Amino acid sequence: MIKFVLMVNRQGQTRLSRYYQPVELSRRAVLEADVVRCCLSRKKDQCSFVEYKDFKLVYRQYAALYIVVGVTDSENELSVYELVHNFVEVLDKYFSRVSELDIMFNLDRVHIILDEMIQNGHIVETNKSRILAPLTALDKMADN
Amino acid sequence: MSDVVEKTLTALPSLLSLDSQPGSAKLSSTSKLGNLIRGITELTSKHEEEKLIQRELASIKEQVSSPNTSMRQMKELMVRAIYCEMLGYEASFSYIHAIKLAQQGTALEKRVGYLAVSLFLNESHELLLLLVNTVLKDLQSTNLIEVCMALTVVSQMFPKDMIPAILPLVEEKLNHQKEIIRRKAVLALYKFYLIAPNQVQHIHNKFRKALCDKDPGVMTASLHIYLQMIQENPEGYKDLTASFVTILKQVVGGKLPMDFNYHSVPAPWLQIQLLRILSVLGKNDQSTSEIMYDVLDESLRRAEMNHNITYAILYECVKCIYTIHPKSDLLEKAAKCIGNFVLSPKINLKYLGLKALTYVVQQDPKLALQHQMTIIECLDHPDLIIKRETLELLFRITNAQNVTVIVEKMLDFLRVSTDDYTTIDLVGKVAELAEKYAPDNEWFIETMNTVFSVGGDMMQPDIPNSFLKLLSEGFDSVEEDRKLRLFAVDSYVSLLQGEPGKLPQRFLQVISWVLGEYSHLRAELQPSTVMRLLSKLLDTKNTSSETKTWVLMTMTKLCEGAAGVSVAQEVSEAYSSSLDTVLRQRAQELQHLSQDSELRARVVPRDAGLEPLEVDSSLSFLDGFVSEALAAGAAPYKPPHQRQEELAQAKALSLEPYGLSLPISISSCSIADRQSPTLLSMSSGLSGDSTDLSHKGGSTTLKLDGVKRVWGKEGYLAQREPVEETAQVEVPSPFRSPSQQAEADSSHSQTPTPVPTPEPTQEKQQLASSLFVGLSSQSSVCLMGKSESAPQRFRRKAKSPSSSSGASEQISNSLVSAPSTVDNLLCDNLLDTNITSELAVSSPTQTSQLSQSLTTANGTCDVELTDTKGSNHSLIRDISVAVAADPTPHEDPDKPKDLCLSSHLPAELSGFSHSEITPLCSNQSLDLSACHVQQKDSLVLVVFIYNSSDSDIQQILLELDSDDLEVSGVCGSPVQEVGSQSVAVCQFSLSVKRPSVHVEVSGMVSYQLPVGTPQSAQFSYNLPLTSFIRPLTLSTEEYGTMWLAFSHDTKQNLTLINEGQESLAATLNVLKKKLQLHIVEIIGLEGIVACRLLQDQPCLMHCRVHAGTLAVWLRSPVPDLPDCLMYYCQRALQEH
Repeated sequence: MIKFVLMVNRQGQTRLSRYYQPVELSRRAVLEADVVRCCLSRKKDQCSFVEYKDFKLVYRQYAALYIVVGVTDSENELSVYELVHNFVEVLDKYFSRVSELDIMFNLDRVHIILDEMIQNGHIVETNKSRILAPLTALDKMADN
Repeated sequence: MSDVVEKTLTALPSLLSLDSQPGSAKLSSTSKLGNLIRGITELTSKHEEEKLIQRELASIKEQVSSPNTSMRQMKELMVRAIYCEMLGYEASFSYIHAIKLAQQGTALEKRVGYLAVSLFLNESHELLLLLVNTVLKDLQSTNLIEVCMALTVVSQMFPKDMIPAILPLVEEKLNHQKEIIRRKAVLALYKFYLIAPNQVQHIHNKFRKALCDKDPGVMTASLHIYLQMIQENPEGYKDLTASFVTILKQVVGGKLPMDFNYHSVPAPWLQIQLLRILSVLGKNDQSTSEIMYDVLDESLRRAEMNHNITYAILYECVKCIYTIHPKSDLLEKAAKCIGNFVLSPKINLKYLGLKALTYVVQQDPKLALQHQMTIIECLDHPDLIIKRETLELLFRITNAQNVTVIVEKMLDFLRVSTDDYTTIDLVGKVAELAEKYAPDNEWFIETMNTVFSVGGDMMQPDIPNSFLKLLSEGFDSVEEDRKLRLFAVDSYVSLLQGEPGKLPQRFLQVISWVLGEYSHLRAELQPSTVMRLLSKLLDTKNTSSETKTWVLMTMTKLCEGAAGVSVAQEVSEAYSSSLDTVLRQRAQELQHLSQDSELRARVVPRDAGLEPLEVDSSLSFLDGFVSEALAAGAAPYKPPHQRQEELAQAKALSLEPYGLSLPISISSCSIADRQSPTLLSMSSGLSGDSTDLSHKGGSTTLKLDGVKRVWGKEGYLAQREPVEETAQVEVPSPFRSPSQQAEADSSHSQTPTPVPTPEPTQEKQQLASSLFVGLSSQSSVCLMGKSESAPQRFRRKAKSPSSSSGASEQISNSLVSAPSTVDNLLCDNLLDTNITSELAVSSPTQTSQLSQSLTTANGTCDVELTDTKGSNHSLIRDISVAVAADPTPHEDPDKPKDLCLSSHLPAELSGFSHSEITPLCSNQSLDLSACHVQQKDSLVLVVFIYNSSDSDIQQILLELDSDDLEVSGVCGSPVQEVGSQSVAVCQFSLSVKRPSVHVEVSGMVSYQLPVGTPQSAQFSYNLPLTSFIRPLTLSTEEYGTMWLAFSHDTKQNLTLINEGQESLAATLNVLKKKLQLHIVEIIGLEGIVACRLLQDQPCLMHCRVHAGTLAVWLRSPVPDLPDCLMYYCQRALQEH
């Protein structure tokens, strides 16, 4: 099961966070800082899965941005690792060449996309066009 | 400023490409949000961030509450609030506005409102209730996008109590023409299932419909529900195996539309989900596993492309193959596949390979042999994660022969690891291995020393506890015990002579306890020497006061001779004025006891560590005191949960209607004076030794050991009146099998197995042979699950001779370590193990066949179902037992059927009372009737199949199923055929799974006429719960102890049967007669009654005459049982 999805940059600033298990607001910042330290300290040739407390982190780096997913021990890490890439491909398709700024300026849209893909810690949709369908419909409504 | 300029200005590298191309950011940079984001990107310190966000929050707060704010602005405000919360600053003032935005906004605004709600609130937040109306409205909207949004938010979070309000609407959406709506409705139902499973129980059929949906997305969504339900109850969904296999086959075969592909692999995450479901279904079930062998083979074959995602599928596939009933050629392929993983140069794959291997070696330790060189390379891998995973793998293959090497590797890792979680975890594992497989005393003590010093005060507290327990309980040889303790003493003395200040507190506590108990074993060691060493600890600054308490207690045990007493005096003086009360107490004890050696010998007898500790958890020695206090008018004791409950009831208004119309009503609170029924037993000297076994098990833990010296049995008895003593604790007789003695002698006779390896460096090869030694010898036990067959050195003494399973395990344990010495024992045991392994193979298949034949074909998925049924026929015939068909034809079919049917009751049941024979179903050729027979310890359902046609009916298959009952066939149940005009009888034994007032068995009979198509008919049979109630005979004392242990209860006032003086006895007798209860005792106005629900689920009843009514209080460990029984008590008394 997926516990949370984080997007952080190399400076350790959170760009997006989504928790699928309740974590108190006050504890999030500590957790995020800890998680980021864990991932940033690792070299490129090292394993993309890290043990963190009683669960695992799966992370993937895109330029200056890291996407970190916290998963339970029973999860298939490699499938989550690829899910992250699928997510980025969806973002790339929607924003046509996505950048960190796109994510910052469209935090709501990125969340809407993520909500289509992961719910309650489970992967619910991976088909790119289906993930984007509700959001593009909303955009069209807004344009009219 | 345009977007382009904005982007170039901040010059942030883009995500996928480093050149900064303009994206589709549509925001004006002059907007407030733009300002905030720019502010955030320019932050350099935490302090600045705080200032910026506080300013931002103030500005948002001002704007959200302004009436002039448009929804469009509100949307932007919400995004800003989301930003603030994301950075860890609470924006709780905006929550209500998020709900408002969801309510009043349109399109994207509304969606952002919902999004903010789902980000801000947790599932139990009370504001969520305000969202219900909005969701209701949107679910009914004609705008599909709004319906979509509502369903999305519902599947993320929804207040549990409000589910009924929207459930019909969501269910309706399951039939929507748009796939996306259907899919989201299924996901919403999944959410409901997660938070309130009983609310969606009635729509299981609709889940099946979703599984068969023509759209793959809807089907995929339904798999979440199925995985969940199957994990909870695999037996209930075996019939769907074929469907899942078909789906997986189609997915693997590329039958899905192209857009489901990910890097040209068809729906990989769907494949993984299906493989997970299959592995749960096929676990321990050969026939189900056989259905999936083909598709697993195909999955392995298809996933050949070299891409991460195919490896993710392969990993799941391998796990599935090793979880389900094994098939050799698949295992071989899976093993080869793991080889590809671990040998891969890609580190992520290596990691996954190790993880797979760790899983697999639990089933087949031999597999580790094939990859031993890779494993050894991974042990030295620079990446700690890989190392850690490798240790995890080694932990699973540890045995007595490789334990030293593996533990050493683990300790090496521990010394470099900085992560607390890893340390705690690994320390626990090392301790476990050391206890299980220690080759000798020195090694064990030294390893535990490292564990204690590295694990420090972080490790699980049960590690030192169990270590001390092991040390004090000893093993099978007195001499060995002595040696081990002696070695521990020596080792600790030398540690104390070194630098004890650096040792963790827990370790110091262990050391002082051991020295207190066993330092006398070393004759040349003066107690005063030990005391001086210990007093050095007291002077160390960072010794905690808890440790000091331990040290003082140890000194109390040791203060012998003039030198010892003088140290004791010195120390006790120093601490008798300590601010810590516990410490002061110990100092006082030390002072008094050191002066009175006679008293000391009685309070802290030497070598008492071996004696079983008696902890009277019910404090029965206070009985006298309690009864005195009660006599003086004190209020009786109530357990905390009862007090709380009463408090809650006293505060709350009673909203329940009067009387009890439904069986499951909350207990009313009408009993004015609730005395605990245990009072009845109080006077009879209730002793504590049976109250709470768990307390007793834990009683030998560290702290109680110390306490016992002062407050234990011996000290206490001196003051106790001898008349009161009724509690007798049996002293466990040490149980020894000859093999255990043999084991001790032969522990040196292990023969390491040579391991064939390739030719890498000498050193690694040596490591390999020491790591993987002993694996091949165990291979015979591998496939059928984890059998713990390794020898265990430090075995606890068996507590009582009755623990036969423990004993047999011990025997088989000794088998491995003592192959040469005990020949005849070996022969016996070999036979034993053969038998058990055979059983292990055969019994699951039988039960699965049986259970398969008993499950009803409830519902849809027709094609697959008939398929499996077909195969069931043959299975049933294979294992068919005697057929109880009656060969004599009946001349007069019009004769009252009941009469003639009852003559068909099996002879062994005829002695018992049976219910009226009721018809179940009939058609032109078959008449089914049934009755139930109450036996002493079981309830048998007898089904009569009467063939009224003129020809023989063949292939009759009778299947029963029930939600509330456990149905199992009794000998003679699978009927095959019934001759013309004759009767066949089937018996089923029933027991209650979940109590409810009426329980129902549903069933189906299918059969084949000589000419014509197969036919089937369905029926159901209702039984009252009372038919499962039997008297429970027990004594008042037993009643008292049981009463305290039960958690489910209900209370109600019932009508008394008015027969003057004896009304209580008369009422209870009516209940006894009608409901088969056992009256334990009647004392004055109170009575206690006991019964059990088959098989052995007790329910206790306490009655009290109060103000002309009977106050009844029922308790049971089974939920709902008290409520149901209360219903019957009420009815029994009303009908009277």
